[in-house]
Amino acid sequence: MVSEVKQVSGRGIPLVGDDIDTDRIIPARYLRCVTFDGLGAHVFADDRDHLQGQHAFDQPQFQGAEILVVNRNFGCGSSREHAPQAIAKWGIKALIGESFAEIFFGNCVAMGIPCVTAVAETIRQLQEKIASNPQAVVTLDLEQQEVRCNDFVAPVKMKDGPRHMFISGTWDACGQLVSHAEQIRATAAKLPYVSWSSTR
Amino acid sequence: MEMDLDFPIRTMSKGTLFDKVWDLHTVGTLPSGQTQLFIGLHLIHEVTSPQAFAMLRDRGLKVLFPERTVATVDHIVPTTNQARPFVDDLAEEMMQELEKNCAEHHIRFYNIGSGQQGIVHVIAPELGLTQPGMTVACGDSHTSTHGAFGAIAFGIGTSQVRDVLASQTLALAKLKVRRIEVNGSLKPGVYAKDVILHIIRTLGVKGGVGYAYEYAGTTFEQMSMEERMTVCNMSIEGGARCGYVNPDQVTYDYLKGREFAPKGEEWEKAIAWWESIRSDVDAEYDDIVVFDAADIPPTVTWGITPGQGVAINEPIPTPESLKEEDRQIAAEAYAYMGLQPGQLLQGTPIDVCFIGSCTNGRLSDLREAAKVAKGRRVAAGVKAFVVPGSERVKREAEAEGLDQIFIAAGFEWREPGCSMCLAMNPDKLEGRQISASASNRNFKGRQGSATGRTLLMSPAMVAAAAVTGHVTDVREFMN
Repeated sequence: MVSEVKQVSGRGIPLVGDDIDTDRIIPARYLRCVTFDGLGAHVFADDRDHLQGQHAFDQPQFQGAEILVVNRNFGCGSSREHAPQAIAKWGIKALIGESFAEIFFGNCVAMGIPCVTAVAETIRQLQEKIASNPQAVVTLDLEQQEVRCNDFVAPVKMKDGPRHMFISGTWDACGQLVSHAEQIRATAAKLPYVSWSSTR
Repeated sequence: MEMDLDFPIRTMSKGTLFDKVWDLHTVGTLPSGQTQLFIGLHLIHEVTSPQAFAMLRDRGLKVLFPERTVATVDHIVPTTNQARPFVDDLAEEMMQELEKNCAEHHIRFYNIGSGQQGIVHVIAPELGLTQPGMTVACGDSHTSTHGAFGAIAFGIGTSQVRDVLASQTLALAKLKVRRIEVNGSLKPGVYAKDVILHIIRTLGVKGGVGYAYEYAGTTFEQMSMEERMTVCNMSIEGGARCGYVNPDQVTYDYLKGREFAPKGEEWEKAIAWWESIRSDVDAEYDDIVVFDAADIPPTVTWGITPGQGVAINEPIPTPESLKEEDRQIAAEAYAYMGLQPGQLLQGTPIDVCFIGSCTNGRLSDLREAAKVAKGRRVAAGVKAFVVPGSERVKREAEAEGLDQIFIAAGFEWREPGCSMCLAMNPDKLEGRQISASASNRNFKGRQGSATGRTLLMSPAMVAAAAVTGHVTDVREFMN
């Protein structure tokens, strides 16, 4: 189930704008569901409607892209995992941005989707390169911590903790967590409130 | 300021409530360097849990501590006709899924009509489930609300809901701690909502990324629990995954006697423990920011992020007056909102007035709004409605006659739920309608119309807008 994510290669897609929130990524009306299936079709639904075919996710040259390049504070707002799920179901396998909101970042880790950061200038250049040459292959290398696109090479960042989880294939923490049942019970037993009769 | 967007593993804070609660709940350190953290209270609702239960089934896992998870239904419930089956088939399907999952895994569920149903961040405190020193997690970003009790509470995604169900733990990196100190008394017409909007406006919508916010100082000490909940609720709008207030006598007075609060001898032990987990006087913080309560005005948002706020009598900022990095989103906001730089928000006509949500749907919020509405009439052409945060809030408000004040003034009085805060239910803006809203987010399309516009403000100010028909300084209604 868990696999190593050391490098992601694919065509890129630029999405310019700061503070793109999860309501814009997947409007709440599409959260009326009991599975994540089908969310890909509705990613950025309102923004795409508004731009009538001119949104990057609708432009023919970016169809099939796998690396999304964004700006500042991407994924702010609600904790809905539906947001990264919708992006992933559309086909995105990695994100490069100036910065990401915390819950969004954590959701992506749990899904095996790396989000790396780069300085604003790198992002600007990368977005321009992809726009002018949508067929170019972008490679995100987590081991070397760099992004490559033809002759363009620039450093990207991810803290050692999550980076290690991707590289070693331990980004899905569930199995590890469950395997510590004994320690979990021991920790719980030391917490005063766990044994209070009213809170059991 | 560029924030660290990855897991900030190394932290400097020492002796804060956050540090103490974190240490007490630490199960161990994972190979990634993250902490495996025990979760004392897990809250679930219909939107972010069905996929988590499906993941459990796929992996053949069970719920490890079913007694430490509590469920209710809030996001999708209609606030008019709550008869089952719901008119919306998709909402009905989500409802049935939650009912089935709770029954199958023996999870306590407060359903519609139980007398305790409501917005998850309203009912857990009401029931005394949320207590100081706990870790609280829920698949909802406004879980930060519970920090008002001196709990470490944060929103999680669905994969993490799965992790909590399966192990009662999460894999997390420790946050840094920023002490946000506000001192002094708030001026008349200035509410907890204004305090948090002012903080977010000042520190930015991503200023809190990587931090827990400790709200300290005499202003928060003087606040009621409901006011503290309003402040902590919107921590996430400032980028901080959790925010908290140290527990004190106000906290204990609120908790005493509630259904899940400790009783008798355990109550005495609880107080001693809660006192011990307060931040030490000589605690060390990663950052400290200080505000003067007297500087905080009634605040309204004019844009498309909760950080785009102005004082009620202050013009909408011009691009030149903003920091370079805030200009792009400001340009987007002027265009989307149809507002001009330099324009005063005061006097802007309003179509819809919404009082409710996990931010401002509690009894004291309704009381403040009712003071303004009393003896007045909702302006012609304005749709105004009040949605109590829970069945209990509704009951208590009706016992005080608040419903009658609102109804006499021309407001609709609804059933509890999340309603138009996020419009996953029939309550929505239409077209380019503009709302005065006591909720927490003004994102594009947030209230159910792709072109709908939201102005965030305190419940009293929403009521003032309802009776005048335009954005109004609530202080005009105070003598």
